[in-house]
Amino acid sequence: MTALLAILKRDLRLALRQGADTLVVVLFFVLTVTLFPFGVGPEPDVLARIASGVIWVTALLASLLSLERLFQTDYEDGGLDLLVLAPVGLESMVLAKCLAHWLTTGVPLIVAAPLLALFLDLPADGLGGLLLAMLLGTPTLTLVGAIGAALVLGARRGGVLISLLVLPLYVPVLIFGVAAVDGAVAGFPMRPHLMVLGGLFLGALVLAPWASAAALRQAVE
Amino acid sequence: MALLEAQDLVCVRGERTVFAALSLALEPGEALVLSGPNGSGKSSLLRLLAGLLRPAAGRILWQHSLITDDPQAHRGRLSYVGHQDPVKPVLSVRENLTFWTRLKGGADRAVSHALERFGLLALADVPGRMLSAGERRRLNLARLLSAPAPLWLLDEPTVGLDKGSVAALEAVLAAHRAQGGLLLIATHLPLALAGASELGLARFASTEAAA
Repeated sequence: MTALLAILKRDLRLALRQGADTLVVVLFFVLTVTLFPFGVGPEPDVLARIASGVIWVTALLASLLSLERLFQTDYEDGGLDLLVLAPVGLESMVLAKCLAHWLTTGVPLIVAAPLLALFLDLPADGLGGLLLAMLLGTPTLTLVGAIGAALVLGARRGGVLISLLVLPLYVPVLIFGVAAVDGAVAGFPMRPHLMVLGGLFLGALVLAPWASAAALRQAVE
Repeated sequence: MALLEAQDLVCVRGERTVFAALSLALEPGEALVLSGPNGSGKSSLLRLLAGLLRPAAGRILWQHSLITDDPQAHRGRLSYVGHQDPVKPVLSVRENLTFWTRLKGGADRAVSHALERFGLLALADVPGRMLSAGERRRLNLARLLSAPAPLWLLDEPTVGLDKGSVAALEAVLAAHRAQGGLLLIATHLPLALAGASELGLARFASTEAAA
């Protein structure tokens, strides 16, 4: 437990001192969403209609940006060898790293999302749904992304490769994330969509650390 | 009684057999210096013994039980120093070492002592990016003392060290062995290691590669 707390604290500290990762993710999210009114025109009806989809797709892309660095720096400075050699389960260490990653990139996305929703004139009924869906969806993005980040270690142009590996796996989160918001706006219950998102999260919570750990062991061989 | 034993190890990297039929045994307090030309498998042997690599054939035993039976216990009893120095540029020297110490289950109070032994106490609050190559290496070596383990696997630990630091390392190694610790070390620089045996890896080079 001490070891896992140490990993969590170190990764949070690294993210805090470097700062750039979190900032890039949030700025990318905000800037990309603001491009849409320029692209599709400023009619409030159109923007309100596409708001949930735009926010979710952009959030997926933004969360991809920071994934490459999840294990890359440890891989490059030899720290990954020592993590693998620590007398702690590698799976739980991956989980600690994912938690730190979600706190420094997922949470800022959740905080920025309502602001962008207002900006795109998403009806107020959808705001709660958006927040809940992102709260359940973004941890899944981090967990699934960790598998991709671990698999591409040692590959050239790993960042691009991660996108190709991970984006298809993000589709279920996108579908049910958007459905929850649109459902709430149209006055339907959003509970079933949120429950599917919760199920996806629980599945990722069990499978992703195990798969990432296997990929990391492969990477240090 | 041999604490660490390796029997008929075969190491294959890529398509190449690096060494074959390699056996060794180490008793408490014993040191083994690995020698051989580049590519003869010194680093690979150390990584095999650490459990980072899997042998293509052969067995590695600790107190007569396979290290793969309880890999977590094996990882707890070894300290590995590789080619790279995992020092985070934005963390201070003390923060860097404290992290690796906690990860190994070591106590925080051992950190200052370890820094002192490698002459880093004055640099404790300096961020990692300001360190020279030799200072980074000393910080990496300080892990050996801050989280004690009976088996030390050192891969070229003297790279980048000045004379004084090499002497400090020699003293640390001697103290480790005096307490019954095991030491496997790959080095090109002759280190003062009293009564250490040498293992030349060149003679285990596989001949089948030529076929």
